[in-house]
Amino acid sequence: MALTGMQIYKQLPRTNCKKCGFPTCMAFAMQVAAKQKAIADCPDISDEATSTLSEESSPPMRLVKLGSGTAVFETGQETVMCRHEEKFHRKCGIAIKLSSDLSDDDFIKGLEEINSRKYVRVGKEIKVELCAVEIDGVNNPSERAAIAAEKSEVPLILVGENPDAMKSAALAVKHSKPLIYRATEENLDAFIAIAKEYKLPLAISAPTLEELADFTVKAKEVGLDELLLSWKGGADPGDFVRFSTQVRRSALLHKFRPFGYPIITEFECDSQESETVLLSTAAAKYAGIVLMKGREPWALMPNLTIIQDVFTDPQVPNTVEAKLYEIGNPDENSPVFYTTNFSLTYFSVAGEVERSKIPAYISVVDTEGLGVLNSWAGDKISAEKVIQALKDQNVAEKVNHRKLIIPGLLPVFRAEIEDQSEWKEVIIGPETAKEIPSFMNKIWGK
Amino acid sequence: MKIPDVGTTCKMNISTVTIGALKEEGGTRGRKVTIGGECTLPHLTFDGDNPHKPVIAGYVSDIVPDWPDFLQKAIGKEIHSPDEWAQKCVEDFKVDLISIKLLGGSSERANRSPEDCAKLIETLLKAVEVPLIIWGSGDMEKDRLILQECSQAARGENCLLGSATESNYMTMAAICKADKHKLISEAPVDINIGKQVNILLEDAGFNLDDVVMFQTTAALGYGFDYVYTIMERARIAGLQGDKLMARPQLCDIGEEVWRTKEATMGEDILPRWGDVKKRGPMWEAVCAQGYLQAGADLLIMAHPEAIRTVRKFIA
Ligand code: SF4
Repeated sequence: MALTGMQIYKQLPRTNCKKCGFPTCMAFAMQVAAKQKAIADCPDISDEATSTLSEESSPPMRLVKLGSGTAVFETGQETVMCRHEEKFHRKCGIAIKLSSDLSDDDFIKGLEEINSRKYVRVGKEIKVELCAVEIDGVNNPSERAAIAAEKSEVPLILVGENPDAMKSAALAVKHSKPLIYRATEENLDAFIAIAKEYKLPLAISAPTLEELADFTVKAKEVGLDELLLSWKGGADPGDFVRFSTQVRRSALLHKFRPFGYPIITEFECDSQESETVLLSTAAAKYAGIVLMKGREPWALMPNLTIIQDVFTDPQVPNTVEAKLYEIGNPDENSPVFYTTNFSLTYFSVAGEVERSKIPAYISVVDTEGLGVLNSWAGDKISAEKVIQALKDQNVAEKVNHRKLIIPGLLPVFRAEIEDQSEWKEVIIGPETAKEIPSFMNKIWGK
Repeated sequence: MKIPDVGTTCKMNISTVTIGALKEEGGTRGRKVTIGGECTLPHLTFDGDNPHKPVIAGYVSDIVPDWPDFLQKAIGKEIHSPDEWAQKCVEDFKVDLISIKLLGGSSERANRSPEDCAKLIETLLKAVEVPLIIWGSGDMEKDRLILQECSQAARGENCLLGSATESNYMTMAAICKADKHKLISEAPVDINIGKQVNILLEDAGFNLDDVVMFQTTAALGYGFDYVYTIMERARIAGLQGDKLMARPQLCDIGEEVWRTKEATMGEDILPRWGDVKKRGPMWEAVCAQGYLQAGADLLIMAHPEAIRTVRKFIA
């Protein structure tokens, strides 16, 4: 967070003594704001003013890092309430919780399962980011934590509220930098001590928001700054959204430091279906980490996808590589489409072509991430560019016909493509992707 | 410790739209549905209380959509008869209203006549007591005639008709005004066009208090982020005093979700993605729940399990 000249000026001695080489404190403050001078160039500045300024210049929400080596997860340092204002910076992480009643064998199976929950969707990896190990109630907490640290490919969260169990587990795996989850009203002092002793990040909960602020201040006072605000609740998504919006507004809009930390959340509910839907609310509305009890992939996948969607950078056009794509197993008689490299356009077209069950080629033209109409309006597509792309991608060699299906929204290219290229039979396709299956069946079926 | 008071006040409330007319109001509905009226984003009671909860409309169409078997089975044999399907939506799936799509009117499908479509609307009005949302077939040419006939057949019932776009807004405004229906204004995932359609409707003399906005719905994983943000921006603009955007919003979840691979294809196509019979309805439920957070007022949904799960958290 850049400081303004005014913020800096307020902390200066305001004596206009000129020792800094500037005629006034205000002139010096402007130079510091412009990063031309360092605050230390004023010989009379107090230690208190320096620390206030460094506090004010730090981001309103802390970055918290879990894990070590290759297994790391970062959350926090968010800057906006809505994604269109800038973007959401760090993807919400799903942590699958392995309960203490699992036998050692089932526990190991669970760890392996979590490691395997990696998928590729629209060209990007999505996965379970964290492994939450319940400590309370197991016979040997340090052993269980050690097994997890050894086998897990993702960072750990140690789940428990009992200080003795947590202490032995934390000691056993402190090198892998797990999150201590979670301090409560009852165990606060002991948990703060554990986090401090082993230098670990800590999740803190409290019965009310006011107490939560007290608790994080208390942790901060002993030097803990890698904190998460913990919310655990029943089956009302509204309760969570009120909590998350209140702390986020406090941190970002009111610069309220005690809430300047990411959120970790957990729902207690009656079924995996309910948990799935509740977690999606949390993922969209500011949770940095969500704990998930259910382990079924049918519950996981919609949530991994909503996270992928919500945390997409709205300022960067989503593109796919401009090349020739094969859908199904097309042969020399299969139809040829062209479309833009805006990923939403491409994946809609590809999805509908797949649905039509007629294998096809899709030639993707580089339109700098703009969709069909926008690329036309923005001069990013032309008949010439389409012809060139087809040539570069050697499409003519793949098929023994010269029929090209073009987007129905841009029928104007037809004449030019037919005149200027070997694609002599241009077919105007539908205006929207969802009409593709019926269109294909009509013109290409039977 | 004292914590900041983060509450905010809006400059304008979202308009309130009631769908359906009771007997004493010139219709035959047994109940009505009211949406909109918000003063803040969902759940934020520290800003103010939103007066109406979001509602769910059951997806019904005159021909069986190209849906996976497990979805058709979950709905039941009634899917083959629109009036029984609608009744099952109301009685068993507990929806608040019915959305009927006259897909069979398209010249590319059953090419049903506008008169036949209107007859179906009459049958539906008798079969259920909840309000109706009536959509055409997607065949632009035919829909003008279909919607005109259906609008007349449902005259005075205060239905919600879909939809007015940049190209047909004149006709749709005239139809809805003549027969006293509410109107959906539709835009293709473009917030500026969304606003433009409302400007056009207002210029055509249509009262925007009778409009529900539809930004086009994208399925989870297929541009959900674009639509989520458009809806959120439209809602915030409305609350900040942009009266063109201060309108309730509709999402057609069922239509979009049930054409995605993720909701419909088994582990043979998507290995390790889990049982599609469970994954499909969750895909629909999570998509719906997501849009609710962006300010959706009316969700059109299809799978009973998805409806049940989402409804549970609206109540
Ligand atoms: S040295 Fe410090 S106190 Fe003196 S003028 Fe410069 S900024 Fe002001």
